[in-house]
Amino acid sequence: MLPIDTNTLTRASFCARGPLSDLLLTALDGPLTPGQALLTDFETAVAAAIDCSGFVMVDDDLQLTLFVLYGLHYGGVVPGDEKWEWHPSTIAARILIENALEAQLRHSVAQPPLPAPTREQAIEFVAHRSVYTLKEADPHSWAIPRLTGRAKAALIEIQADEYGGGDVERMHSVLFASTMRGLGLDDRYAAYVDSVPAITLASFNTMSMFGLNRRLRGALVGHLAAFEMTSAIPSRLYADGFQRLGFESDVTRYFDEHVEADAVHEQIAGRDLAGSLAEDDPALLGDIMFGASVCLTMDGLVADHMLGRWKDDLSSLRFPAVGVAHLSAVAAP
Amino acid sequence: MSPADVQPATITACPDGPLLVRGDFELRSEDNAVIPRTRRTLALCRCGASAIKPFCDGTHKLVGFTTGPPDQT
Ligand code: FES
Repeated sequence: MLPIDTNTLTRASFCARGPLSDLLLTALDGPLTPGQALLTDFETAVAAAIDCSGFVMVDDDLQLTLFVLYGLHYGGVVPGDEKWEWHPSTIAARILIENALEAQLRHSVAQPPLPAPTREQAIEFVAHRSVYTLKEADPHSWAIPRLTGRAKAALIEIQADEYGGGDVERMHSVLFASTMRGLGLDDRYAAYVDSVPAITLASFNTMSMFGLNRRLRGALVGHLAAFEMTSAIPSRLYADGFQRLGFESDVTRYFDEHVEADAVHEQIAGRDLAGSLAEDDPALLGDIMFGASVCLTMDGLVADHMLGRWKDDLSSLRFPAVGVAHLSAVAAP
Repeated sequence: MSPADVQPATITACPDGPLLVRGDFELRSEDNAVIPRTRRTLALCRCGASAIKPFCDGTHKLVGFTTGPPDQT
């Protein structure tokens, strides 16, 4: 049997790097009572050091002091009474250095700007989506009679869930209509067709083309698989975004439902639907991959269009007045 | 429901993902309360990172969850 590596159980000693760490190491290296006396003015000394240090991040004395103070919580860094871990003088000093370090990190570390869509932009997004989503799942139902065996069974399993398992209230297109109403939008089909640009129509037309052509069934299956495999996480982000903008569950329910539903569909669509089709009919593999790439590309182009316009403070709709007249009631309650 | 309508539950392990559960079963929470079921097929999280546990929310992809080679049973 190998001997236990005792290096991890013992501790080497290290040197102070200035007056603060020197005082701290001396105070900790002995019984509590004399140590406490040494640290009476420690907090004041630390505050003064921070004031004249400027760069806490590269200040040897302050960083070693903070390292030792954190070490009290880990244990095994410095010898001494374990009561030092929560002693008021060590805690007070730790908080001072910690705050100075955090402030410097927040000030000097670059962060990407956080996305902050306006209510109008969130509503425009839903107007774009309405062209397909009020008919959600319909283009893929065209493929049911065009598939056989395992792939057909998998598509039925997904579509049944899309159509609410036969319960009209849970049908995804019906949930989406409720989201639209919650946003003050018109939920009749085609209400925003005048407003959306070609690329939004192209995205839906592509699904219809795949669905209505038997020879493109591989592409349709690939399209659905790519969509389902990438939509659970964005649905969570959409739900959170609408919630941040102050909308309630009548608006967010559609997206919440898709977090859970698409996490299930992801598995069925990728493995049982697209996977079985590729195994049973290997000639379709190329089209399955083509359909998957088309899905990601087209949805990416629609997103680029919206984000590009919004970055320039423009509406992503062709007739923003149509949207905005409608939207202002919602946007300025 | 007649006994003939009862579908035995099946649990399918998805590589690098959740467990898919189908058939007749009852899902209960940690305090033994019945979790209402809204869909026929459920995905139960097995990566531990889902925000809607016990269900999977797709986060396994973000955390790089892997299940290793298939079980040899
Ligand atoms: S298994 Fe999917 S989120 Fe955990």
